[in-house]
Order: sequence, then structure tokens, then C-alpha cells
Amino acid sequence: MTECNMRRDERVETPVAEGSTNETRKVRVIEVKESVFHQNDVEAEALRAELSQKGVFMMNVMSSPGSGKTTALCALVNRLKEHLRIGVMDVDIETSLDASCVAEATGVKSLQIHNGGLCHIDAEMTKRAIDAFGVEDLDLVILENIGNLVCPAEFDTGSHMSMMLLSVPEGDDKPLKYPLMFSVCDLIVISKIDTLEFFDFSLEKATANIRALNPNATILTISAKTGEGMDVLADYVMKRVKG
Amino acid sequence: MHELGVTFYVIKDVKKIAEDNNVYKVDSVTLEIGQVSGVIHEQLQDCWKWAIKKEPIMDCAKLLIEEIPAVTFCENCKKTYATVPQGKICPHCGSDRTYLTQGNEFNIKEIEVLDQPHEVILSEE
Repeated sequence: MTECNMRRDERVETPVAEGSTNETRKVRVIEVKESVFHQNDVEAEALRAELSQKGVFMMNVMSSPGSGKTTALCALVNRLKEHLRIGVMDVDIETSLDASCVAEATGVKSLQIHNGGLCHIDAEMTKRAIDAFGVEDLDLVILENIGNLVCPAEFDTGSHMSMMLLSVPEGDDKPLKYPLMFSVCDLIVISKIDTLEFFDFSLEKATANIRALNPNATILTISAKTGEGMDVLADYVMKRVKG
Repeated sequence: MHELGVTFYVIKDVKKIAEDNNVYKVDSVTLEIGQVSGVIHEQLQDCWKWAIKKEPIMDCAKLLIEEIPAVTFCENCKKTYATVPQGKICPHCGSDRTYLTQGNEFNIKEIEVLDQPHEVILSEE
């Protein structure tokens, strides 16, 4: 029998070997009692401190796939780039589409991160990306996270602020379905409001659903396409960066 | 998939603990998982079986899961209740000023390790 096949319950009944030997296996218990996310939290805290010391503000942007993150970010960056030195890091499973899109539309420094198929990016991965990107000459780093409302909410990236986008076509009940994401963000932006007339999306319901989970969140509405609400968003981000 | 991501986290932590403690093999890993932490146990087991094969120090380790029940506290009537299936609204007084006190955990409780392949004890007779 291989080591592998000798399971706990089988061991109990392992017959005493014939003759003068008695084969036993000694199992030792190591108490751990630690959250699986503990190490990530430590690394995130260290990265946040390092960035603050360098005078760099990092903003983590999360949403579902297709909520218009890249378009909204391009519109935001174009409003801020005259006042702030900005860099954008795009995380995706495949392709460099987002990073080249941002670079083309805004002209700011951008980096595409391929995270090897994982569902999120954590503090250690963010730190490696930051080191490769070089942030000394920047005021604001925007981390465009993987389009996903589950996993990125669990992992502190080391950013100073978390923003999420909820687009009108996704529905006003999204906060009920993905409570953690809506609980951990400082800023929740309802996007694509130019499409409100085509969808059964109630701004009141969405706001109430978000408030129930996260009473302190700032809620803004935008349309990156028409520009509605973009100046208010830009002002908000500017204020946060300037501290 | 969320379960795969967290599996790598558990493996990374356990591997470090095992190496720090000079163990030969990890025999089992016990996790404490909150009832509303959003982790699906069956999927976690599947990810575990696949992912540990790449780690010689724990390639046979069994994953044991202890579930922590979700409990919500009501700020209005100061009572607690089982979160599942009531949810956010307090069943005692109807208030929504409630918060989760436990049930969102994702902890490594303990690991069982072998310090050597096996031990042969010579009988005294």
C-alpha cells in the first residue's frame, strides 16, 4: 500500500504486522487558526503603505464583464490627465485589448496584466505588477480588475480606494445577488444611464439595495457615452487622490 | 472559478507551515468555513484533489471541512438569530438593522502531519 492510499480510517484498522514488528504511523497536529486571507491582508497593507510613502494613490476598479469599465475609465482619465499623472493597469485573462484601448484613447501609460486564468488579482500579484510598471512618476494608478463580482471582493489588492461599476442593463437587483462586492466598495457608480429608458431598472431600488448593504458608500450615476455625470465622478476621484 | 483561487491560497499557506515545521508529509488539512462565506464544499474538494498533485509535500493530504453556522445580531432588539434562512430582516422584531456576527469565516484550523514515512517499532518480546 502506498503512503497515499493509507487514509486515516484505514490506519485505525491496520492489522498488527506478523512477527515481532508493529508498524504504526505517528501523526502530529499543528494548530494554525488563521484566516486564509490573512497573508494577503498583510501584503496589501504593506503595499498600501509603500505607495502612500511614494505619494501614489491606487484605485481598484471592479465590475461584471461588459459593464463598461474600460470605456468609463477612458472617459475618466481624459478628464483627469491634465491635473494628475495617471497610469492604468489592466488585468485580464487573455489579450492586451484593454490596455491598448486605454493607451489609444487617453495616451497615458498603461500595462496589461495577464493573471494566468485566475478569477482575481491579489496583493502579491499587484505588487509585482506595480514594480514592473514603475509608479514613481505617477499620482494615480488605476487597477482595472478582472470582470467578476465574486472573487475580487475577497482580496484586498493594497489599493486606497475601491470603486465598482453597476451598469443599467445588469439590473437593480445585482446588489442582492453579490452582497460582498457591494459591501466592500467606497464608491459605487451606476453606469450606462443613457439606456435607462430601455430597461426596467429603478435607480431608487438600486440605491436602496446598495444602502442596505453599505450605508457609507458614495453612489454616483454616469454615462461614459453622453458624458453625463462624468465631471462629478472626476471631481470625486480628484478629491480622494488629493486626500 | 472562486474555489480554485482560494484552494491555491490554502495550499500556499499549508506548504509554508509544513516547510517551517520540517514535516515529511501533510496528512490532512482542516478548514473552518462559514455557512455564508460563499464557498461550495464539493467544488473546493474537487479543486483540492487536482491542485495538491503538484505539491509533493501534500500530494495525499485529505481536506476536512468544519462548517461554522451563520449568526446575525439585531441592533434593535439585541437578539441573535440563525442567518439562514431569515436573512437580513430580524425575525423577532422585523428590523433591518442587523449584522452578521459569524458565518463568513475561511480559516485554516489545523493540519495533521507526518514527520517521517512510517515508524517500525520493535516489539519488546
